[in-house]
Amino acid sequence: MVKPVIVNLTVNGEPVSRAVEPRLTLADFLRDDLGLKGTHVGCEHGVCGACTLRLDGVAVRGCLTLAVQCEGAAVETIEGVTERGVLKDLQDEFVARNALQCGFCTPGMLISAGELLERNPLPSREEIREQLSGNYCRCTGYQSIVDAVETTARKRSGQNT
Amino acid sequence: MTDRRAMTVLDRPNSYIGRSVPRPNAARLAQGRGTYVDDIVLPRMVHLAFCRSPYAHAEILSIDTAAAAALPGVVRIVTMADLKDYCTPWVGILDHLKGIKSAPQWPLANGKAFFQGEPVVAVVATSRALAEDAVDLVEIDYRELPAVADMETALDPDTPVIHPELGDNLCFERRIDAGDVEAAFAEAAVVVEETLHFNRHTGVTLEPRSIVCDFNPAEETLTLHMSVQCPHMSKNLYAKHLGLDEDRVRVICKDVGGSFGIKIHTYSDEMTAGALSVMLRRPVKFVADRLESFTTDIHARDHRVTAKMAFNAEGEVTAIDMDDLTGIGPYSVYPRSSGIELNQVANLTGGPYKHRNYRVRARAVFQNKGVMCQYRGVGHPIAVAVGEALIDKGAAALGMDPAEVRRRSFIADDAYPYTSPSGAIYERQSHRESLAKLLQTMDYEGLRREQQELRGRGVHRGIGFASLIEVTNPSPAFYGVGGARIASQDGCTIRLDPTGGITCATGVTEQGQGTEAIIAQIAATAVGVEPRHVRVITGDTDVVPYGGGTWASRGAGIGGEAALQAGKELRRNILAVAGAILQSTPESLDIRDGVIVDESDGTERMPLAELGRLVYFRGDTLPPDLQPELVATRHYTSRSYPFAFTNAAHACYIEVDVETGLLKLLKYWVVEDCGTVINPLLVAEQTRGGVVQGLGAALYEECLYSPEGQLLNGSLADYLLPMAGEMPDIVVEHVTTPTETSELGAKGVGEAGTAGAPGAVMNALNDALRPFGARLAHMPFTPDKILRALGKI
Amino acid sequence: MRLKPRAFEYVRAVSLQDVFAVLDSHGDEAKVLAGGQSLVPALNMRLAAPEIVIDMNAVAELRGIAVTGGMLRIGAMNRYAEVAASELVARHAPLLARAIPFIAHPAIRNRGTLGGSLCNADPASELPACALALQAMFHLRSSAGERSIAAEEFFAGTYTTVLEPTEVLVSVDVPLAAADSVSFFDEVARRQGDYAMAGLAACAVRRGGVLRDVRLAFFAVSDMPHLADAAMAEAEGQPAADLDVEAVCAALGKGFTPQEDLTTSGAAKLHLMKVLTRRALTAFAGGEA
Repeated sequence: MVKPVIVNLTVNGEPVSRAVEPRLTLADFLRDDLGLKGTHVGCEHGVCGACTLRLDGVAVRGCLTLAVQCEGAAVETIEGVTERGVLKDLQDEFVARNALQCGFCTPGMLISAGELLERNPLPSREEIREQLSGNYCRCTGYQSIVDAVETTARKRSGQNT
Repeated sequence: MTDRRAMTVLDRPNSYIGRSVPRPNAARLAQGRGTYVDDIVLPRMVHLAFCRSPYAHAEILSIDTAAAAALPGVVRIVTMADLKDYCTPWVGILDHLKGIKSAPQWPLANGKAFFQGEPVVAVVATSRALAEDAVDLVEIDYRELPAVADMETALDPDTPVIHPELGDNLCFERRIDAGDVEAAFAEAAVVVEETLHFNRHTGVTLEPRSIVCDFNPAEETLTLHMSVQCPHMSKNLYAKHLGLDEDRVRVICKDVGGSFGIKIHTYSDEMTAGALSVMLRRPVKFVADRLESFTTDIHARDHRVTAKMAFNAEGEVTAIDMDDLTGIGPYSVYPRSSGIELNQVANLTGGPYKHRNYRVRARAVFQNKGVMCQYRGVGHPIAVAVGEALIDKGAAALGMDPAEVRRRSFIADDAYPYTSPSGAIYERQSHRESLAKLLQTMDYEGLRREQQELRGRGVHRGIGFASLIEVTNPSPAFYGVGGARIASQDGCTIRLDPTGGITCATGVTEQGQGTEAIIAQIAATAVGVEPRHVRVITGDTDVVPYGGGTWASRGAGIGGEAALQAGKELRRNILAVAGAILQSTPESLDIRDGVIVDESDGTERMPLAELGRLVYFRGDTLPPDLQPELVATRHYTSRSYPFAFTNAAHACYIEVDVETGLLKLLKYWVVEDCGTVINPLLVAEQTRGGVVQGLGAALYEECLYSPEGQLLNGSLADYLLPMAGEMPDIVVEHVTTPTETSELGAKGVGEAGTAGAPGAVMNALNDALRPFGARLAHMPFTPDKILRALGKI
Repeated sequence: MRLKPRAFEYVRAVSLQDVFAVLDSHGDEAKVLAGGQSLVPALNMRLAAPEIVIDMNAVAELRGIAVTGGMLRIGAMNRYAEVAASELVARHAPLLARAIPFIAHPAIRNRGTLGGSLCNADPASELPACALALQAMFHLRSSAGERSIAAEEFFAGTYTTVLEPTEVLVSVDVPLAAADSVSFFDEVARRQGDYAMAGLAACAVRRGGVLRDVRLAFFAVSDMPHLADAAMAEAEGQPAADLDVEAVCAALGKGFTPQEDLTTSGAAKLHLMKVLTRRALTAFAGGEA
């Protein structure tokens, strides 16, 4: 039997220390060990983007990072992002524009879009589509998501939509 | 019908019907606060993984589980022999599909495996990882048998019969021969023919199939937490096959991460989870991983259609003759059968047009591939693409504009109600008006000019149309008459709470399409409260009225009408009480925004909260002969027509890079007629999402199999889906022809986008390639195929 | 709760010595973990099942981008996003900066590494072809010492390199682009971020209007990145604005047959190689490269 490894990190600003099996992915660690069910697992091979979360400030796939790798790291999930309120305008716009249907892709989609808006405050629709090109949504057809991101960017930049 | 209109609640003051109200459950999902099945953790819950057949067809010689069973954390390992006392097999046939046949399907392979991925051994362990560790240690000896992969040869005499007891590999055959097809073709001014291939693809719900089965031996109850579309259907099936009292089975379906028809069928692995929960007397969770999903979720389409169409000199369609062959895997899927899609193709091809001569032979054959069954659009994408490809080809042969040929060929506006040569009955459709609106919205003439100009500069753009009809609001004619316990009726119970708010429990389910929002809008309007004071409960068979759930675009039309009638009844009940309290006649009162008012001038008389307080807590103050009933239930089923057909006109504008073979989607337009639009935002989003699934089918998605029946691209890295980078913006407009079968007048809208898109994009592609004399009818339209058609390779 | 790796031990290396210690004792049974964007999916699917995983993400000596000895040195553990954002890379190896946006998607580029991509040797990936085009030099190190090997010698087949089980790629040296260097990167893919149907990393020196040191490295056409020697020879020394493009294209198929993939035939790949070559030579002629 492989011995668990102690990992110390912060998750959504709270210090966490746990003994984990090395094979445990960060996504499963968050979901199963910490009860943070907002990180969704859609493919477990890094393609669908549903488990996208922030690791030390950048968006990564939760299923392609091992929990043991996160020693000393700062992890932020949709729960933390919501709590901090940093994407509230984008979340509100998703609701207003119906940029989500089943909601399974939404946390990853929001994290990806949020990263874009930090880097590029007024992206074109093409740039939005490119940023979200690794986040699979089966329900919406994407246009409403692009609309919501675009509208949020314009509002943040003080432009009328 | 003016009287009917006057009586409807659609014109009530403060009606929320027709307004783009945001979904009440969306904010929760946007914060990651949904509850999907995999989020559910129960005490003593164990996890399930499967040894699955690596072969498409094999005999199981021996199974050795000793090493796996010795692994710490393993709770139980079972084969079919162990489950025989816990679960009975099923056969996916329906009585009204004459001659359909299939073989019994067991939860685990019963001596033979018939497709790659069929579950053979089930391993229960304390975690999914440990269960997978044990799966690795199970030793199974197989004898590989010849696989029947190619549907074209499935019926050949020298092809092995997959289920020898059935006699041959034919599952179902449907024939239609209406009018005089031979004469019509003989007299035709123009005849065109095409062979079309419709790729096998699959649903790829982002949340995979998931189930937690919780058997309580003390009560002999089984609670199923499922990601499904039809909770009551599942309740019946699990009770029936696990030998339980149906009244003691409860299905709870909270948030569903996409379904699209994938989560409407009986799956061996899920039924095994149920049997194991009963056997082990503890909760069992099974969540399909993505690789399992690709081999075991139902697949869709996989048709080869050869069809020809006749036109008269005026450019009107006069006849269609068609042969459809579809490969459905080794079983007809239970309980809806794998005969329905083919039946739809037969019923609906050429549906918008007025030809009276129609001949079809359609056959479904068994093969050793994943099972094929109903997925969003069910048969419509094939029927539409076949008809619309032939229309375009005919227009070219006639030297006429494709939009004009459609206009001339549509069923006359004054011919409704109309019975098609396949026997389908259309109440009323708006093809001409829809197409006219489409042409105007897209600026058709402008686009044609642009296309012409750009061709001169070596830029190759194409415009493609698809006009379509779609089956929605099904009556019992769909499944009930075939003996399946699948409800076509649905119900809604609405209760006034002491707060003045209302709570609705509905049998239709929420899959993300917005059911809860539209039920709230309808109930709010019917009762007279604001939508924010409406709570909607779905997806719990212990709580909601018995109903059919989500399938065949029925939620709004059937569930919505039930909600409307229940709301009206509750309003009558409330006004009766209010009249007694206020010493007014109920007819002189109304409820608006949660307040009882004078009907005539809106003068406030009493808030609903006050009425609630009196009724629920101060019954002593009410008149002695008044027994308030502040809850009402109504059910609705469509009776006057078997289905409410919707119609739509689609157009697609594309550009082909003739050097690389890449097809770029520039823009897409839909004019949809789904009757009364309850929530324009949700209707538009259903349409857009549906269109994109259809575009995926036409351009990317394909389950590729080897000749040995091995799925070659069963991962998200290899199976391509439509993504944000390539999808176009989609304009959605409406024509509104309410169905008069219900007061609400709503028809369904969930599948029409998927129905039209493959045909529209195919026509656009062929329009773009016309100067090269190139033509494609084999989906998906990969760059390789396009380059080949262009003669570049 | 689904695709789970087989159990493995984990070592968090903080120095190359840590890495070598485990590699020397475990050999083939150990696997180094760089960005994890290819290894972790393989672990999850149980296609890879090492006994021990050595995490190199905390090994500082594998990071850094600097100009040394007339070469641009990029540490193997630099992430794609870091390479793409580097001013040194933009100035001295613009081909790499052009190529990285084509790799997968933003969240993958935030995590995946240059060295990981090169050692994974996926024949459809972008960076091995770039390394070939740029005549990069790979520095491999083990407990026994260091060796340097040209990119052309490094790749040995699909997912296969000449790296020994006890060796690690520590850095890559790229010759500094001259002022008159030109480069071109493009790929034909069905969707953004997909593995290409065919791709081309190309560079040359355009001196006095004449192309020299022409390098045409294709990917997604063979079991490893493919240097089109015959076509390169055809273009070498030709005037950029007036060279026989079709002769160069014709040479692509000399002694080379592309390998088909699931949806793209070899013939289509050869055709796309020509399309890309035309685009590259047009760019080289026009000064937009």
